[in-house]
Amino acid sequence: MIELNVILILMIIASVVAMEIEDLLSSVIALGAVGMGLTLEFLLLRAPDLAITQLVVEILSLIILIRATVDVDIEHKKIKTHPAYLLFAVLFVAVFLWFSIAALRELPVFGKPVMKMGAQYLAEGVKKTSATNIVAAIILDFRGYDTLGEATILFTAVIGVLSVLRKIGRKK
Amino acid sequence: MSEAKGMSLIVKRITKITVSLIFLFGVYIVLHGHLTPGGGFAGGVIIALSFIHLVLAFGKEAALEKLNETRISIIESLGGLMFLGIGLLGLLGGYFFLNVIPKGRPFDLFSSGIIVLCNLAIFLKVGAGLFSIFIALSIMRMPLDSEKEKK
Amino acid sequence: MLSYVLCLVLFAIGIYCLLVKKNLIKKIVGLGIMEYAINLFFILLGYRSGGEAPILSKGAVGNNFVDPLPQALILTSIVIGLGVTALMVAIAVRLYEKYRTFDINEIRRLKG
Repeated sequence: MIELNVILILMIIASVVAMEIEDLLSSVIALGAVGMGLTLEFLLLRAPDLAITQLVVEILSLIILIRATVDVDIEHKKIKTHPAYLLFAVLFVAVFLWFSIAALRELPVFGKPVMKMGAQYLAEGVKKTSATNIVAAIILDFRGYDTLGEATILFTAVIGVLSVLRKIGRKK
Repeated sequence: MSEAKGMSLIVKRITKITVSLIFLFGVYIVLHGHLTPGGGFAGGVIIALSFIHLVLAFGKEAALEKLNETRISIIESLGGLMFLGIGLLGLLGGYFFLNVIPKGRPFDLFSSGIIVLCNLAIFLKVGAGLFSIFIALSIMRMPLDSEKEKK
Repeated sequence: MLSYVLCLVLFAIGIYCLLVKKNLIKKIVGLGIMEYAINLFFILLGYRSGGEAPILSKGAVGNNFVDPLPQALILTSIVIGLGVTALMVAIAVRLYEKYRTFDINEIRRLKG
């Protein structure tokens, strides 16, 4: 599929821009471009549920990140990273890429998945739950316990943010 | 959000129209979660975005007088307890999260038993939680600005 | 096969950004890139060529659907990523208030 690969190459270029640029606000906006490219990818791979969720979550995380970076002064002194440190990082990434691309041979060919549980969910999903959106039936009926865990994680994140950013009770 | 008055007059007029449209769209996505793509998570984030839109256009005080912090945490805890209660209700029939409410025919709005109620519970929890994260991040701006003005 | 390789290259860019950069906000950007790459990789695994979205419509009984199970798992993962990003940004904002810089070498030197 040629359009999948074209959008992936655009996402790689945008992420390199987000990494190298010095101004913090511009690098956060480049991260937003990567997220929007991911939304297009989800639409091309026939997953509309995920595309809607990824779009609105991307907008919200952009708002939160821009609030953190909008009034920061640019630091003027640049300490050079030690060249041995850079060499170690490049070596580590090269070894990781080499081994993971060698492991790609074990995966099924792109386009012909092994659908053991998926075929069973599709065959009897409508009969058992009478919901026509199979993905919603999976996350709320067949695997509802995982959704309970996710609701707990969101609750913990909200408690964490409210307790880090609190004004009363802090010793000045 | 250093000034309490918000943005210019054009933004305020347009915001009065678009906030209700965004709210309606979010409620539609939640209620039809078992028929069309969407569900509780996407709908909850859309509702939180509509309230953030109101705060950005009118300043912090205009939104907080309708929905102060105590009320937001009550709504969020209610959503979480409702989700847990629906799960425990399944224990009456057999095991955890069993679908005990009668299911209608497919393609109806009130079909598929437990899924609509679960979507509503998740929608309350996610919407209220994300809005309270945004309020916490935007109130904390005040000491920084007053420090800069004092210098 | 090419899509898998490009997805792993995106993940490697995220790891490199997390290791090398010194600014806290750049590290958060690197973690975000890694999250996007992993979510994309799972959905690439479940794609069936010529398939349709797993939502049934009235009257059309198709037989060729893509795999719905990875989509359900990644939906959870996207929302968890949002929660983690919000918590990281809150901690970064507190650090900036106290030390007036985002550089991690300065923060390590100034401690207290």
